[in-house]
Amino acid sequence: MSEDQRFGPDRRVTLPGPLALDGGATLSPVEIGYETYGTLNAAKSNAIFITHALTGDQHIASPHPMTGKPGWWARMVGPGKPIDTDRFFVICSNVIGSCMGSSGPGSLAPDGAPFAMRFPVITIRDMVRAQALLLDHLGIDTLHAVVGGSMGGMQALSWAATFPDRVQAALVIASTARHSAQNIAFHEVGRQAIMADPNWRGGQYYADGVSPAAGLAVARMAAHITYLSESGLTEKFGRRLQAREAKTFGFDADFQVESYLRHQGLSFSDRFDANSYLYITRAMDYFDLAEEHGGMLANAFRGSKTRFCLVSFDTDWLYPTSESRNVVHALNASGAPASFVELSAPFGHDSFLLDVPALDRVVSGFLCPEC
Amino acid sequence: MSLRADLSIIADHVRSGSRVLDVGCSDGALMAELRDRKGVDARGIEIDGSDVTAALARGLSVIQGDADTDLADYPDASFDYAILSQTLQTTRRPDRVLDQLLRVGSKAFVSFPNFAHWRVRASLLWGGRMPVTRSLPIAWYETPNIHHLTIDDFRAHVRERDIKVEGSWFLSGEKLTGEAVANFRAEHAVFLLSR
Repeated sequence: MSEDQRFGPDRRVTLPGPLALDGGATLSPVEIGYETYGTLNAAKSNAIFITHALTGDQHIASPHPMTGKPGWWARMVGPGKPIDTDRFFVICSNVIGSCMGSSGPGSLAPDGAPFAMRFPVITIRDMVRAQALLLDHLGIDTLHAVVGGSMGGMQALSWAATFPDRVQAALVIASTARHSAQNIAFHEVGRQAIMADPNWRGGQYYADGVSPAAGLAVARMAAHITYLSESGLTEKFGRRLQAREAKTFGFDADFQVESYLRHQGLSFSDRFDANSYLYITRAMDYFDLAEEHGGMLANAFRGSKTRFCLVSFDTDWLYPTSESRNVVHALNASGAPASFVELSAPFGHDSFLLDVPALDRVVSGFLCPEC
Repeated sequence: MSLRADLSIIADHVRSGSRVLDVGCSDGALMAELRDRKGVDARGIEIDGSDVTAALARGLSVIQGDADTDLADYPDASFDYAILSQTLQTTRRPDRVLDQLLRVGSKAFVSFPNFAHWRVRASLLWGGRMPVTRSLPIAWYETPNIHHLTIDDFRAHVRERDIKVEGSWFLSGEKLTGEAVANFRAEHAVFLLSR
């Protein structure tokens, strides 16, 4: 299979579509940026789809083309790792709406100009439908598992609810079945920061290369705080000053935590498109799996043969354990085989990206019980 | 690794291919045995996170949760058997947990350490101290056991509640002991119950 041009790192495909979107519009053609790792077996039964978080991408275990940094889940995915690419065929694609090779506001519309804000508003389920198109293109009917953290976990739940026959197992980490008012509120702060940047110009900033970087940086700074825990921040920075002996009584980044957030914000605006941030946060805010199923979350999983595993972290206040429990209750009520564990880790919501050995054990045990 | 004696009795008497909920399943030893030996569809609830992780690593379906509160999430008769092994004495309301067990399971296996065993009696009677024995190995200040009970207490309770005893086994160490003197001689009891 290795000579098959559909497989390997840094792939792009343009599928004819049309993709009918929840918002009523259709998308055609549908571009998808993706990567695959490992080898698809003859029975095509060893495929694992990994879904990425808000600002993630398909570069899960390969260096990021713009930053040169290792893939965002390189510690989890690879030969002999918890998601073992010697055993599994791993697929990761860039969600539609994003800016790393999939159709999004930066893509060209049929008139030859970037969509910008003419791009249709998308949902988590739309992202999943596009992934299903990719799966068809790869010639794979059924996934051994779909795995995702945060927004990736929303996609994993949506996969299991939308295509129950195509998903044997779903691993949902640090996620939720619906965005809370608090989640939406934080996202709105970020969107307003972007739209308040004079360089945003109604989203029409692609032509001259001057983007609303300052607004996007502020959005990232606010969001980044929600990804960490208070104790983690205190441990890392406390009230220590940055490269100075005393406070300046001004508005420079006196504190280390300020300088850290400014760096996070600026480096993010170098690699991410502001309009994509608007579209993807909107998709997350609209996510409510119960609402899609008559108000009863259990109905989303009724009759499902999919095995589920939910993992939360005790320091995650963005998607706290109660959100995972909410899903587990629904899974119990629907009779689906479900596992759930709250892991202890100091890193807040970001724990799923960081070194938490208990997570490795859960992931490998859940994905490969016979190993 | 061989199963603890009370678990081994339960494993022997669970019907092949049945659906089982193991409440307080620890690291999933019984569930794994039931799955591998009897093709049982086993689910577990366990309060301790590291035990849940261990059971998950065995490929089992286990939910971190509390027997006192979380059984309410399961529909009626969703399992052929609900199992509560050495957990009853750690619950806040054992009576309600038993009711829930017999609601979600058609039958229930319940095992518990017998507080009327002669060694326990001797320890309290002659030593004047709360017993620390083979089956109750933890000192009073750190024991998870908050509702100690005896075999006769349990018999009386199920009689009052019109719960049927379909089977009972009494263990002294690893060995079965007779029913008549069980309250005195047995360290552990296993009951199979139904409504």
